Amino acid sequence: VRKPNSLQRTWALVLAAMLCYLPANLFPVMTVVSLGRRQSDTIFSGVVYLLTHGMWPLALIVFVASICVPVLKIVSLISLLVSVHRSSGWRPVERTRVYRLTEAIGRWSMVDIYVVTILVALVRLGNLATIEAGAGAVFFGSVVVLTMLAAESFDPRLIWDRAGAGPA
Amino acid sequence: MTTRGPDERDRDDVAQAVIEQRSRPSIVWLIPLVAALVGAFVAYRAISSRGPEITITFKTAEGLEAGKTKLRYKDVEIGLVKSIALSGDRKGVVVTALLSKQADEFLVEDTRFFVVRPRITAGGVSGLGTLLSGGYIGMDIGKSRETRHDFVGLDVAPIVTGEEPGRQFVLHADDLGSADVGTSVYFRRVPVGQVVATAIDKDGKGVTFTIFIQAPYDQYVTKNTRFWNASGVDVSLDAAGFQVHTESVMSILVGGIAFQLLPDLPPEPPADANAAFTLFSDRAQAFKAPDTIVDTYLLVFDSSIRGLIVGAPVDFRGVTIGEVVRVGVSINPTTLVFHMPVEVKIFPRRLLARQFIGGILPAAVSEDVRQNRMKLFVERGLRAQLRSGNLLTGQLYVALDFFPDTPKTTIDLAKRPPEIPTIPSTFEELQETLTGIVKKLDKLQIEEIGADARKVLASVNETLKGVDVLLKSVDADLVPDLRRTLESATQTLKGAEGTLKSAEGTLSAVSPLQADLEQTLRELNRTLTAVRTLAEFLEQHPESLIRGKTSP
Repeated sequence: VRKPNSLQRTWALVLAAMLCYLPANLFPVMTVVSLGRRQSDTIFSGVVYLLTHGMWPLALIVFVASICVPVLKIVSLISLLVSVHRSSGWRPVERTRVYRLTEAIGRWSMVDIYVVTILVALVRLGNLATIEAGAGAVFFGSVVVLTMLAAESFDPRLIWDRAGAGPA
Repeated sequence: MTTRGPDERDRDDVAQAVIEQRSRPSIVWLIPLVAALVGAFVAYRAISSRGPEITITFKTAEGLEAGKTKLRYKDVEIGLVKSIALSGDRKGVVVTALLSKQADEFLVEDTRFFVVRPRITAGGVSGLGTLLSGGYIGMDIGKSRETRHDFVGLDVAPIVTGEEPGRQFVLHADDLGSADVGTSVYFRRVPVGQVVATAIDKDGKGVTFTIFIQAPYDQYVTKNTRFWNASGVDVSLDAAGFQVHTESVMSILVGGIAFQLLPDLPPEPPADANAAFTLFSDRAQAFKAPDTIVDTYLLVFDSSIRGLIVGAPVDFRGVTIGEVVRVGVSINPTTLVFHMPVEVKIFPRRLLARQFIGGILPAAVSEDVRQNRMKLFVERGLRAQLRSGNLLTGQLYVALDFFPDTPKTTIDLAKRPPEIPTIPSTFEELQETLTGIVKKLDKLQIEEIGADARKVLASVNETLKGVDVLLKSVDADLVPDLRRTLESATQTLKGAEGTLKSAEGTLSAVSPLQADLEQTLRELNRTLTAVRTLAEFLEQHPESLIRGKTSP
């Protein structure tokens, strides 16, 4: 069974994800209030913080999971959409593999959101330390959800429509 | 979609879907639309709440961190430090800060910025919160209407903020004393203000304090207000007993400035803001009547003025009416005699002030009148005399008093400054008298007198012996008739001889007594010489009375 309106839906969701991606990276994801000192961090400043404090493996993980993966997802979805629009018959197997991968890794970006939500819930020590979620977290979560939905709404059979027609 | 056209012939079902898509493309497009709207709204919020950007120059960026340090006004966050950079001349740092929208109207000409750090002074502790949270930039909003976006930050937080009611005044003093920025100002021991700033005068001859007196206490600062340094303890021992004046314990520990109105004066309107006052070194100084009239006189002494220092008091029967300004030595070129000229300042109003205690001082008389009065006084016997103020330390002071027995003299008013005649000091007189007595004793030639006396006595002895011989020959040579008579006479004479002999014994016994007398007189002579030496030594080294004779 084909997914109805697959292309339009995917386009719309990818567009929405792109729109959310900008504030997700510009606004602070998390605000740590510790002993009267308030520190807001965006995703990128968090990566920089980890990197400057020598925790480069962590920095790498956060960078890949929170910055690269959403971008790669959006880029791969757009390229898939464009290729379908242009009825490209170019390497349908690889493109399908890219789609599967996109679908598979999508949920892993939620790690950040989970970390933030758990910290916000756990660290409530009054003046000693409090963690608040920032506007960036909402947008970031939206990006992840929207890209997941976009990947979901994309119909991989569209890739094969042309591929099948081409050689035939 | 158009590129698809040719393929759709094979799947006619899909072609309908395309038409459907065109007829109602919406629903799903709402999602990016909502995302765009929310994004736009959030962006608009962020941009609209973004206030002005300002630069503040500080000497050091200690405790400041770009992106972290906040700007606060009354502990409300109103901005964030965006970046910190060295200034062009490398003499400081330029802090760029982003303020919130509402801060726009605060950025006026006299708005001040300062870094709040933990500060622990004797007077108190402030900014403790910043120990853990790091420093922040505080601000004090000015009253000016001119806007400004580049500021020079203060090194320390201002003690008085702009909106606090009260007034500033300026005090001048010789030195800082124990006062410092933050030192309290007391009015009747109530802390009513603080020292806001201290600075060395431009000419380097004093210190200027800027103090802030809170309303409503600032109304007590009038033309007749006296300020004094209230640090420490003022101990005085007078006829009323042992007295200790202090301000609060706090001021003893950390210093303070007190002020009060001069008593018994009509009320004055409050002084203008930034009016200048003198800061006296202590309370007594502050309340002393100001010496507006000063007369200078010259005193010429012939004796040593050791122990007379500049600033020594000029005393009239116990009332200090002036002070020594200059001491020196001069030589008369014709007679080659040395004199010790001493210049003194006399404040005649001090005599009057005591005469009219509590009242209004009489109008000042002209200089001519005052000098003529002085002339009259001198003719009546006013003399200056050096007196020992302290036997132990040998400090001298100048005493003015009337000595009616002194030879009449007058004052030459044409001379500048006029010279008040002097008389030798009592100590000097005593010394001279003693020396005179010793000299007279020296001249008495006691030895010769003693020798003469011995000679006289010896000759008396001789004579008596001659008489004895004569009588014996008479006894032998005289007629025998008379012998019996004579014998009886001889008997009598023998008795007389015995008597005479005993007299002789007595007389010869005189000679040791005489020798004793002579010795005693010599001894006395030596003692007096020693006294003179001691007197001279003491005059030159009065301190030896305490310290003993120091080896040179």
